Amino acid sequence: MTRAALMAAAAGGALLVAPPVASAHKPSDSYLALDVTAGVGAARGTWDVALRDLDYVLALDRDGDGAITRRELAARAAEVRRYTLDRLAFTVSGAPARADQPCQLDVGALALTEHSDGSYVRLPLTLACPEPGPTLHIDYRLFFEVDSQHRGILRLGGPGAPATPILLDAREHQRAFTVTPGSARATASAIPTMVAAGARHIAGGLDHLLFLLALLLPVVLRPAPDDRGWRGWRGWRGWAPVAALRPALGDVARVVSAFTVAHSLTLTLAVLGLARMPARLVEPAIAASVAIAAANNLWPLFGRDRWAVAFALGLLHGFGFSSALADGGFSGAGLATALLGFNLGVELGQLVLCAAFVPLAFVARRTVAYQRVALAGGSFAALTLACVWFVERALDVRLITWSSR
Amino acid sequence: MSTRSEGSQRRAAVVIIGAAFASIAAGTTWERTRRREVAITPLAPAVGDDDTVVARVPPRATDPAARDAERLRAQIRKAPRDLDTAVRLARLDVQAARDGADPRFLGRAEAALAPWWSEASAPPEVVLLRATIRQARHEFDAALVDLDRLVRSGGDGADQTLAPPATQAIQAQALLTRAVILGVKARYDEGLASCARLAGLASPFVRAACRAPLLGLTGRAAGGATELAGVLDQAAGPAEAAWGRAVLADLARSEGDERGAEALLRSVLALAPSDRGARAALCDLLLDAGRADEVAALVRGHEDDDGLLLRLALAEATPGQAREGAGVSARDGAAATVAARFAASRERGDAVHQREESRFALHVERDPARALRLAIANWDVQREPADARALLEAALAANHPASARPALEWLNAIGTAQTRLRALAAALDASSPRTKVDRIETGSAGFGEGSLRPRAAGVARAPGSAS
Repeated sequence: MTRAALMAAAAGGALLVAPPVASAHKPSDSYLALDVTAGVGAARGTWDVALRDLDYVLALDRDGDGAITRRELAARAAEVRRYTLDRLAFTVSGAPARADQPCQLDVGALALTEHSDGSYVRLPLTLACPEPGPTLHIDYRLFFEVDSQHRGILRLGGPGAPATPILLDAREHQRAFTVTPGSARATASAIPTMVAAGARHIAGGLDHLLFLLALLLPVVLRPAPDDRGWRGWRGWRGWAPVAALRPALGDVARVVSAFTVAHSLTLTLAVLGLARMPARLVEPAIAASVAIAAANNLWPLFGRDRWAVAFALGLLHGFGFSSALADGGFSGAGLATALLGFNLGVELGQLVLCAAFVPLAFVARRTVAYQRVALAGGSFAALTLACVWFVERALDVRLITWSSR
Repeated sequence: MSTRSEGSQRRAAVVIIGAAFASIAAGTTWERTRRREVAITPLAPAVGDDDTVVARVPPRATDPAARDAERLRAQIRKAPRDLDTAVRLARLDVQAARDGADPRFLGRAEAALAPWWSEASAPPEVVLLRATIRQARHEFDAALVDLDRLVRSGGDGADQTLAPPATQAIQAQALLTRAVILGVKARYDEGLASCARLAGLASPFVRAACRAPLLGLTGRAAGGATELAGVLDQAAGPAEAAWGRAVLADLARSEGDERGAEALLRSVLALAPSDRGARAALCDLLLDAGRADEVAALVRGHEDDDGLLLRLALAEATPGQAREGAGVSARDGAAATVAARFAASRERGDAVHQREESRFALHVERDPARALRLAIANWDVQREPADARALLEAALAANHPASARPALEWLNAIGTAQTRLRALAAALDASSPRTKVDRIETGSAGFGEGSLRPRAAGVARAPGSAS
């Protein structure tokens, strides 16, 4: 009987003794990192989920040979997204009277990453809430139904975010956090910093410079009727130098002002969260704007209304600036000063460009070198480069090693 | 004429800009579609073809337990409150956690038992599994509450809250596990009483294997070893035989017989190569014997195991080893991985591996102050020779002998002959003349919490030890 009882105990799971030895791994965790710099309403981040856990629920290892291959994972990528996205939800709340607003959560292309205990799938997250509010609520339910000890480890990045990670477990899987707006650091001392940041951005942003340059190249010339009445392809003919500096300066002022007003407008709207345009759209669009501005010098489409081009396409560049400002980590009260400083810096950069370019162009305006090499050749080069950028940015590929960023 | 031509130019311009925006939108959409199809494009640079292995998981095709578990999980999804299915799945998971060295199976077992998990008077099978899972997480007190309930439901004064009462098999297992935990908690007499109640429920071998470690911890190692060796041939199957030899190896070490212990541990690994405890014990023995160069061979193929990787890191940090000679920092090799795993464990709020972390802090990171903090916290949870040793070593290195007092008292009480522990105790006694006096003063005050707390730095430091 004693033997029978023992055998039963052994058969019932062979528990016998379990001396406390260090376990081989830690239990299951997933790692969420969310950058709320741009406000809680439009956050971006990553979510790392262990392949071992995903295999447990989705049987990713189709052939059961104990090895998940890329092929096996790629074939099930859609299910991985669906399974994980079904178990993570964000809402935003602000004014007390308003009900919580559910946010849209998107997952980008899956990638692989490693943590100390093995391979993880990295899911790039984009969070878009219908209305920005100060408080973000998270409801995390990944794996709890199959693993009571699973934890989500959430790291928030951005001003006012807690420094230590937030633990989400089966009991406390809903949490709310308020990102405190505008800390003191983003006030007076921020202005010079932001002016410098804005100037740096325009100086380093070859696409913005090239756009402006393409619009400025013809300011010291005026269309000269040739035998074809300067319709259609103009190439390097059909320009005559302006007689005096004054009309040229007027042209410069119109183009630069239009560009400034336009990009300031969208920059402000974007930073305040009132308008949004995804970066994957903005970046190729900016490349296209450079191409249009350059092409206009070869094939005049806008006559003397280049200021209108500068305005229309300048709207796009504002969105581009906003992504640079978003990296700075400002919100709330500090935002206004940051915005002002950054914009001042951008204008300063533009003024330097104009001050360097316009006098030189005015002096050289009668030469063949200016009309044919600088204007026609330069515009053609800019057009080519912009087309390459466009393809690169639209398809997220690298065609040339040297690029605008 | 000029006006008309300008008008047509504007129209052309509008068309061009419109076309540009349309192509942007189309390009972006196409790109998204493309990414969705080839979802794994931004992986590390491609090496070989698409059959590159990205992760290792339990092989369902060849592992019957994994296949059974999958089938049981499917059943539970349909009927989550089916006790029989849940218990069978939880047992498989607990076993997988012990064999495959992956504690996430403990969380999976808990999830299978979720409908009953928070019920104090859950069915006995569930209570036993819950106690086992809690023990594995070092929640010893909670595990003891469960086990006490199970063993009460058997004999006189049966616990009426359990329905149905625990079967004899469950009681036998509960008594055994309870004895192990009581040993860890330094409650040896209660542990021995728990073993005594196995009479009539378990074989003479199991009873001897239950008693022997507790006898070893109460100054009767030789007697316990003789008793267990006498019934070793009655072990039922290789698992029990391996268990008996592991216990004998432990006793041999506490008797100072390192050669005998090594032979026994090697015989355990011959019987049960997956016995991680025995493998770790053999690594420790080799490290103590100055044979760190032999550790790597034992750990090879088990690098997934934090406990074994820690031994490798300790071996690599041993003075005289090639890595040290080459001036490789502690942040390289096994040490880097172990450090990252400890950090990840801390991040999720676990404090299960404080003893191991203390050893790591002391011997690899060479941070005696941190090692001592960890060893003190660990001593609050568990009191085995290895825990005492971690505390003694850290206290000695941190030049803070007073912190080691509870462990020294404990060692005197159990009367170990383990060479290294005795040497450490002697070194601490030498560095702190006051310790002996204090021991008399505190007398039988036991291991009260107050005596475990480190004094404010400098206050308790023995005269002359500051140098």
